Formats: sequence, C-alpha cells, structure tokens
Amino acid sequence: MSADTLLHTPLFTLHEEAGGKMVPFAGYAMPLNYADGIMAEHRHVREHAGLFDVSHMGQVRLRARSGDGEAAAHALERLVPADIVALKNGRQRYTQFTNEKGGILDDLMVARMGESLLLVINAACKDADIAHLQDELADCLVEVLEDRALLALQGPAAEDALAALAPAVRDMKFMDVRDVDVDGALCIISRSGYTGEDGFEISLPAMDASRVARKLLEQPAVKLIGLGARDSLRLEAGMCLYGSDIDETTTPVEAALEWSIQKSRRRGGAREGGFPGADVILAQLEEGVSRRRVGLLPEGRAPVRGGAPLYADVEFATPLGKVTSGAFGPTVEAPVAMGYVATDYATPQTPIVAELRGRAVPATVHVLPFVPARFKR
Amino acid sequence: MTLYFTKDHEWLRVEGESATVGITKHAAEELGELVFVETRDAGTVVQAGESIAVVESVKAASDIYAPVDGEVLDNNPQLSDDPARVSSDPEGEGWIVKFRLSNPDQLASLMDADAYAAFIA
Repeated sequence: MSADTLLHTPLFTLHEEAGGKMVPFAGYAMPLNYADGIMAEHRHVREHAGLFDVSHMGQVRLRARSGDGEAAAHALERLVPADIVALKNGRQRYTQFTNEKGGILDDLMVARMGESLLLVINAACKDADIAHLQDELADCLVEVLEDRALLALQGPAAEDALAALAPAVRDMKFMDVRDVDVDGALCIISRSGYTGEDGFEISLPAMDASRVARKLLEQPAVKLIGLGARDSLRLEAGMCLYGSDIDETTTPVEAALEWSIQKSRRRGGAREGGFPGADVILAQLEEGVSRRRVGLLPEGRAPVRGGAPLYADVEFATPLGKVTSGAFGPTVEAPVAMGYVATDYATPQTPIVAELRGRAVPATVHVLPFVPARFKR
Repeated sequence: MTLYFTKDHEWLRVEGESATVGITKHAAEELGELVFVETRDAGTVVQAGESIAVVESVKAASDIYAPVDGEVLDNNPQLSDDPARVSSDPEGEGWIVKFRLSNPDQLASLMDADAYAAFIA
C-alpha cells in the first residue's frame, strides 16, 4: 500500500510534529518510534509513563436486539471460550474468537458496560471480526465505533498523570472499566494494557483525542511511545501478538492461554462449550496438547527472532518447534523470545537449541513473563 | 579519493589494498540503537553483495554486504561489548570490519561523498 492510501488516526498530526517515524501497519500510517528510539522509549515506559496511539485497533459495541445485556453476553459466548455472562458491569476480560478447529481467529478484550459489551479487536482482523459478529450473532446489533480514538497510557507514573486530569481513575483496579470525563471528553477508561505495567486504555471521541493527548503530554513523566517499543514491552510481558504468536493454527491451550477459559465454559461447567472448536479445546484442557507456547532466553547477545527453528540438540536432529516472536529485551538487557515447543520440553529451565544463521544457539525455556507484571490488582 | 559509499548505506575508507567498512550516519539513524553486531570471521573470502556482517536493533536484523570482492581481515573487537558504538559514531569508532580488496577496479562503481549525499537527499 503506498503512503498516500494509508489511513490516518486522529493523532497523525501530533505524531508528525513529534518526529514520529511513520510506517505502514495494518493499513494505517503509525509511528514506529520517535526521536529517542525504541530502547529509550521502552525504558521510559518501565520507569515513568508512555502514551501510545492505538486508534488503529477496532472498537465495537455489541448489544442484543432485545436490549438486554445478559442476552448480549449469552450471544457472545457462542463465539468465545471465556465466561462473558458472569462478567460484572464495569469489568473487562481477555478472550479469543475461535474457529471450528479450535484455532484463534483473533484475540480481544471484552468489557461489560450496562446493557452493552465493548470489544477491542486487532487492527488487521477488524473487517473479518466484524463480519464474523454480524454473520453469527443475528440476535445482536454490531456497532463499529469508527469515530472513537484509543490511547494507552502505561507505566508506574500513569496513574498520577491521568489522575491529574481525572482523579476518579485512582479508585480503579486492574481490568475495571468506567465512563470518565477527561478535560470535557467523554472517555471510556479501562485499567489495562499491553506492556505488563500498570496503566490505562482510554477510548474517546476522535475530535477530543489530540487535545487530551496533548494535555497528558504536558506532564513531565509522559512521553509518546511508538509501536516498536510496544512490541518489545509486550514481549517482555509474555503477551501474545496475533498473527505471530497465535493464529488460526494455534489453539488457546497450545498458546498457554487456558487461564482465559473460565470453569463455567469447561467440561462439567454451567455453560460448557458452545463456542467454535469447543470439542477440540475442552478435550485439550483435560488431555493436554503436543506443543506449548513458552518463553525462551537465548544465550549470548544475539536476538533470536520469529521463524527461527528450535531443536532438542545442537546437531538439529530433533526438531521441537519454532520461535514466534523474538527481540532484544531492553529491560531484561538480553535477547528474549517466545515460541512453540514439544510439550516434553515446555517445562521452565529446560535447555534447548535455536538455529540462528545456521549455528546452534543454546536457549533456556523461561517462565512468562520475563519482567514481573505490575498491575494494580 | 579514499572514501567511498554504497547504495546499501555503507562506507569504505581505502588505504592501499585494504579498506575499513562501516555503515553511514544515515543508516545508523534509520536502524536505531544497535544491540548486537556479528561479523564473518577473519579470512572469509566473499564476493561483492555477500553478507559480511549482521547488525541488529531491538526490532530487526540487517545484513551488511561486501561492497566489492575481497577478504575479511579483522573486525572491530569493541562491538561485542558495546554494539551501540555503531549508532553513536558510525563513521568513526563504530567501524565494523577491515577488508582486503581483491579487485580494486570495482571501487569505480561506488559513490563519493557528494554523490552519496545526493543519493540520500
């Protein structure tokens, strides 16, 4: 796609003013990094607070045609393995759209707000997800919130920075969602994120986005952070990137996401199964899987990146799987990666081998996350 | 002229039959802070266009290609501990390999500083 056909978020002008290195991402012109670069931006988020523009992501309001919130929750449970019915008003949780084979069509956040469910979906999957919702949930209204931007404010200073404009956010806990007025903008704020740090995601009208972003950036602790650091932060936090670590060929159990499938949806639960691929996924929960997503710490300084083959031995005789994400972790100060390995090798501390430019690089299976999460529980 | 530039954003400083090779300031800015540099071993004979080193940022790995035919003589020993030296001083202390030219006539196809400045403008 050429530069002039790329979509712009409401913060495009701000990115350009701030010296953002704009790159194509899922059809949008998005900032990869600003003048300080990925390493410095990454560290700034872990030490202070970073403001990310994630307006390219899809925001969808789902309502039952009956108007009843519980009916909308029951409807969405036909497409995802999480317990949505028990999700309390003002709370959010992580789940996946699955296919008939138990593979993952996309991963998403779902919030219950009154009689509506608010979904945040990946930019690259937006069109397919919306069509999927419309096709499968005829009993629901699927409203795409095209005129809303999405900001993420992440890091140990995020609470103070946002509370300066909206003191009420101090009372929110991890995965709480609230309607909050920020400088006159009607925001929907969740205490969540994609960095492993405490922080917030702020959905707001597009017309208010630039003004609110600038207000946040007036605070000395807050800097703009690009997608490059967003990727290294989420990798250190052990979080999946759709299209790399999870896709239509990986199930939530293989991807070590079974924590996101509540008891009520498992075998013997009150609303067992009833989502695409439930037969596969529920069997895997009980009987196990042949491969698992794990964290990997490669020896030495060379980053081992997505696609690198993994083996049990330095002769490359016993293949185990492959790396799905890998980079240099600025906080870990060493290469970090995640990938899939045969289950017998998935236990933390297991030594394995990655192939890098034809050479064997020893790596150790590592518990995820690499950097302890600092959510405000 | 002793200083040459390539379309792949490398520089060569030629002294007799050998040359020091690195990446340009422009390339260093594009790549961002480097976290790892790996070079081919001394004694490796390569043709123009073959990889002689890999430089890695947080985000991506990039090959450094031999600008002309030759042999790797040496690499910058300081880069294993401090790869960011390439980012901070790419055309000085951040040099990457020393290289013996086996066919100096090939230098004629490379750019001088003015041509390179025009190339990246």
